[in-house]
Amino acid sequence: MTGDASSTAAPPRPAEGARPGGGRRVQQGRFSRRDRRWAVIMSAILVPIVIVWVYPFIWTVSSSLKSSSEIFGSLSPFSPVLRIGNYAQAWRDAQMGRYFFNTVFVTGFSILIAVLTAALMGYVLGRYRFAGKKVVIAVLALAVFLPEGYTIIPVYDLIDRLHLTNSLWGVTLAEAGGVNIVAVLLFAGYFAQLPAELEEAARIDGAGFLRTFTSVYLPLARPVTATAVIMQFLHSWNDFLLPLVLTLTRPELRTLSVGIYALRGQYLSDWGVMTAGATIALAPIVVVFLLLQRHFVESIAGAVKG
Amino acid sequence: MTALEAGSAVQRRVGGWYQRATSRWCYVFLLPALVLTAMFTFYPMVMSWVYSTMDWAGFSNDMTFVGLGNYRELLGDHMFWSALGRSMIFVLVGTPLRVGLALVVAVILNRQVMRLSVAFRTLFFLPVMASASIIGVVMTFVLSPNNGPINTALAGTGLAGSPVEFLSDPKLAIWTALLVHTWKNFGITMIYWLAALQTVPAEYYEAARIDGAGWAGLVRHVTMPILLPFALIIIVLTAKENLQAFAIIQAMTQGGPYFSTQVMEIFIYRTAFAADEAGGVPRLGYASAAGCFFGTVTLLLALVQLWVARRVAETRRELGRARGDAT
Repeated sequence: MTGDASSTAAPPRPAEGARPGGGRRVQQGRFSRRDRRWAVIMSAILVPIVIVWVYPFIWTVSSSLKSSSEIFGSLSPFSPVLRIGNYAQAWRDAQMGRYFFNTVFVTGFSILIAVLTAALMGYVLGRYRFAGKKVVIAVLALAVFLPEGYTIIPVYDLIDRLHLTNSLWGVTLAEAGGVNIVAVLLFAGYFAQLPAELEEAARIDGAGFLRTFTSVYLPLARPVTATAVIMQFLHSWNDFLLPLVLTLTRPELRTLSVGIYALRGQYLSDWGVMTAGATIALAPIVVVFLLLQRHFVESIAGAVKG
Repeated sequence: MTALEAGSAVQRRVGGWYQRATSRWCYVFLLPALVLTAMFTFYPMVMSWVYSTMDWAGFSNDMTFVGLGNYRELLGDHMFWSALGRSMIFVLVGTPLRVGLALVVAVILNRQVMRLSVAFRTLFFLPVMASASIIGVVMTFVLSPNNGPINTALAGTGLAGSPVEFLSDPKLAIWTALLVHTWKNFGITMIYWLAALQTVPAEYYEAARIDGAGWAGLVRHVTMPILLPFALIIIVLTAKENLQAFAIIQAMTQGGPYFSTQVMEIFIYRTAFAADEAGGVPRLGYASAAGCFFGTVTLLLALVQLWVARRVAETRRELGRARGDAT
């Protein structure tokens, strides 16, 4: 998964400093004056582009603090009075509060199911040999290359047969379903490189298979677990089609993605409430992203280098 | 998969009953993930094809077998072909646009001298994190002809005399949708490029620079040849993503006005789940047939990806060998 081409670079590792976001900044002296002038010009070009780029986000947050009439015709992100009332109205009247808790429920439990199943599978694939292992790996490889996204009709039908349509558990199961193979491989790779002595020591202390996993190996896999949690968090928090079709006739079970979409018609003229609702839905993901952005961006980058 | 084999060393040191107990536990650990994969990956795949041969008007109704009837009807369905055409616009116009722009930005941000690189990267990546449906809803307001910020800005700078109907003009809507989709997912492609650029060994640059190559020369003679295999993967990943614009389009236009933004996924959703809104009967078998057709296109892309990935691995091995010889 990691780029071995870059990690096998020459011992002084000049490549390291070349990474954007590699952290270490070398002294200005390393660059020629021409290079530095180029960087200043490029930055001057990129700054306005990036402001326009994220302007929809700035506009959304700032509009959520204005009244509808203040939003109309104004580009300034600053508002004369901060109207927190939009949030209260979105939270209660537009049911953002309920959608928020539905989303937390679905995201929370689907993370639990998806990460746990991936960890269990990754553990045995990474550490043990057993009859049929090759078959399991082949099945996983096949699942990676099967297209997803157009199978919504059978998935709906399956959830319906399990009598889980119009329930949060149905949405949760469907979100966690279709095991995240990247996460399985991350766990397998991580567990495989942990020393075998740990297991022997655990066995001498009288720990069985299950206990060795829960109290020795799983706690050591914290970095991989974090990556798997982020991946599933993004997937479940943002998904639209599955929660949409699985809660078609029960508006009170909508997630934020579906809820804001469904409210659009009703609150078409009340931009303040709609943007407050959008901010409520976007805030958790933006906060999580800003906290973990380097970690997350690297795990995405790994996918293409792999 | 070599890492997966390594763990087996443990077992060679342990004996009889313990090993049997262990392998029983192995199957217990595998079971949940395998059950989920069977339920949500393999079962739906198979059933899509089964349903596509059925006439089926609703989840509670009976199905009748119609063989290839649905496929035959698709061939003559004007709505289906125009939806497929729009999806192809997303692939054929959207992919070069996004891949090209992302490469330019990634090359700029990859230079060590760019001190604000991390900040730029983070901000370009921000839209990727947000839910596509919420982006879609926000965009209906941002692009609104009635005092939306973009039209306000256009009017303020005198660029447009009358408000631009970004989403309500049938000719313009599909291009607006494509641009919003490109904006939202641009960051992913940029990160792929940055990852690829980082695999270019720095000593190559230094050697070329000593030989007197300028910035353009470095790009042409060092960066490009090494990036080519990655470019193929990035193009395929981006193309595949451009076939999946359901949430943004559904939230912005629901496929309208006058079906002008109805891409394949919207066509399938409408036929299966929203038919009664349009006064029709849900046609799940017909929608499945369209889905299978669409899925096959996606699968072909994935197979190309598999093939390309193998080629990349070979190239990298050769590259590694060449470098090993040099030092």
